Amino acid sequence: MSGYMEAQLIILCLSIIYAYGIFLPAASGQLNLGAAGFITLGAYASAWFNAGTGAELPMWLSIMLAMVFTGVIAFAISFPILRTRGVYMVLATFAFAEVVSGIAINLEFVGGASGFPVDDHADVTVIVPVTILVILFSFYFMSTRLGLALRSIHDDESVATLFGVNVRTAKVVAFTVGAMLMSLGGSLYGHHYNYIEAQTFNVLLSIYILLYVLMGGTQTAWGPLIGAAFFAIVPETLREIAESAGLKWLAEGRFMMFGAFIVLLMVFRPEGVMTRTLQNRLGSGLFRQKKVVSDDAGGGS
Amino acid sequence: MLVIQQLVNGLMLGGVYVMVAVAFTLIIGMLNFLNFTIPALFMFAAVLMYATMMGQLPFGNDLILSIFGMEYRWVAGIIVALVVIALASLVIERFTYRYMKAKYGDATEHALPLVSSLGFLIIFEHFVVSTWGSDPLTAVSPFGQGTFSIDTIIFSVPQIVSLLLSLVVVIMLSVMLKATKLGRALRAIAERPDTATLMGVEVGRIVPVVYVITGLLCAVSGILFTINYATVDAYVGDSVATVAIAGMVLGGLGNVWGAIIGGLFIGMLEVMSIYIVGAEFAKVPIWGLLLLLLAFKPTGLFGHTLIGKGKF
Repeated sequence: MSGYMEAQLIILCLSIIYAYGIFLPAASGQLNLGAAGFITLGAYASAWFNAGTGAELPMWLSIMLAMVFTGVIAFAISFPILRTRGVYMVLATFAFAEVVSGIAINLEFVGGASGFPVDDHADVTVIVPVTILVILFSFYFMSTRLGLALRSIHDDESVATLFGVNVRTAKVVAFTVGAMLMSLGGSLYGHHYNYIEAQTFNVLLSIYILLYVLMGGTQTAWGPLIGAAFFAIVPETLREIAESAGLKWLAEGRFMMFGAFIVLLMVFRPEGVMTRTLQNRLGSGLFRQKKVVSDDAGGGS
Repeated sequence: MLVIQQLVNGLMLGGVYVMVAVAFTLIIGMLNFLNFTIPALFMFAAVLMYATMMGQLPFGNDLILSIFGMEYRWVAGIIVALVVIALASLVIERFTYRYMKAKYGDATEHALPLVSSLGFLIIFEHFVVSTWGSDPLTAVSPFGQGTFSIDTIIFSVPQIVSLLLSLVVVIMLSVMLKATKLGRALRAIAERPDTATLMGVEVGRIVPVVYVITGLLCAVSGILFTINYATVDAYVGDSVATVAIAGMVLGGLGNVWGAIIGGLFIGMLEVMSIYIVGAEFAKVPIWGLLLLLLAFKPTGLFGHTLIGKGKF
C-alpha cells in the first residue's frame, strides 16, 4: 500500500469512529455538535496517561483509561444537556466543545497552546482492526433492545414512552457510549500523528462529523459508514478527475462542488443516503426474499 | 480608566455581534432552525467589501473604477455586497426551506435545513478560499483612523458610527416587526405557521422576505467589520457567528431586543475576559456562561418558552 493510500485510509478510519460516536445519540434524534470536545478529551487524556511527564502507562491502557475518563464526564454532563432539546441541544453540546477546547489550551501540563507531543505510535495495523471492531460493535448495539429503543425514540418519543421505554436511560447511555467512541477516535488520532493541539479539534470538525452522520442517514447503522466514506472519497475523486482533465478551477473548487452535492442530496434523500426502506429493498434484492416486513413504521421519507 | 476603555472597546465589538445575533434570532424565532448560512453570508459580505474596495474582484474591477473612481470605491463595495448577499439569500431560501416545505411538509422535521445550510457554509467558504486564498486579506479603510477622546478614553469614529448604525438598523427592524403589516405577518408565522396560513398570511411569500432581511443584516454587519477591523479571511464568519450565537442565547431565542442586549453584553464580556484572563482563556467564560444558561435557564433573559421545542 502506498503512503498516500495509507494516509487516506487512516483519515477514513478515524472519521468512521468519530461518526459512530455521533451516530448513537443521533439514532435517538439527539443532535450532538460537540464532537470536537469529546475528541479533545480523549486525545489529551490518552496522551497524558501515556506520556513520560504523565502516568507512563502502556498505550492500550491509556486509551482505555481515556475512554473511561471521557465516559464519566459525558455521563455527568448528559443530564443537564439531555434536558435540552432540538436547537438548544445543538447549542449546548457546541458550547461544551468550546469550553473543553478553551480549557485544554490553557492546561500547561499538557502543553497549553503550543500543543502536546504523544509518545507511543499507533500505526495502520492498530487503527484498522479497532475501526472494524467499532463498526461491529455499533451494528450489535443497534440490534439490541436498547438500540431498538433508540430508534423508537427517534421516530416518536411519546409513543416510545407509552410502550414502556425508559427514554432518559436510553438517551444517557447512547450519549455516553457515543462520547467514549469519540474519545477512542481522538486517542488514536493522537497516537497516530504523535502530536495534538486543541486548535485542530475545532467547530468545523464537529460540523463535518455531524454531516457524515446526517448525510449517511441516522436510521440504520450503515449511515455513518456510508457518510464517512462518502466524505473521504468524493472530494479526493473530484480532485483526481479534475487534475487528470487539467481543470485547475475544479481541483481548487472541489469542496464547493461537494457543498452543492450536500444541498442536492438533502433535496433528494432527506433522511440520508441509507434508510430502512432502502436497506430492506437491497436486502430483498440480494437474498431473494419475497418481502421483508419491517416492524417499525416511518422508514424512508 | 483602562477598564472603561476596555468596556468601550467591548461595546464597539458588541455592535458587530448584535446584527449577526439578530439575524440568527429572527430565523430561529420564525422558522425554528439554526441557520448556518449566516456566518457564510457575513463572511462573504466582508470579503466582497474588501475585494471591491481593493480592486480584487474576479471581474468588473475596471468598470467599478471607471464609474466610482478611486475615492468612492467603498460605495461600490457596499452596493456589490448588499446586492450579491440579497440574491444569495433567495437561492438559500429555496434550498433550505421552500423546496423542503413543499416536498416534505414540515421542513424542520428532518434536520434538513440545518444540513443544507451547512452545505451552503462549505460552498461559500471554499469559494472564498479558491478565489482569494486562505490567508488573511487586508483592506485599507477609506475613513482612515479618525479618533477623538473624552478624558483619556479613546473613541474611534468609524466604530462609533457603525455601532450607532447597527443599533438604528436593528431598532428599525423591531419597529417594523411591531407596527407594520409585514411585521404582523411575520409574528403570526413565528407563533404558528399553519394558523397563519389559514388567516390569509402567504407564508410562501413572506419566508423569502425573512431570508433577505437576515441576509442584509449579515451583509451590513460584514461591511462594517471590513471597514473597522480591515482584516478578513474565509473563516472570519465562524468566529464572529459562534460568539453571536452565545449572545442570542443569552438574550433568549427569538427575541430581537434580547439579541441586542445579549450581543452587546457578550462583546463586552469577550473584551473584558481577554483583558483580565488573556486571549487564550477568553473562550471559557463565554462558553461556560452559555452552557450554564442552557442547562438551567434555556429561555435566556427574555426568551419565549415555545421556541426551540421542535425536533430540530
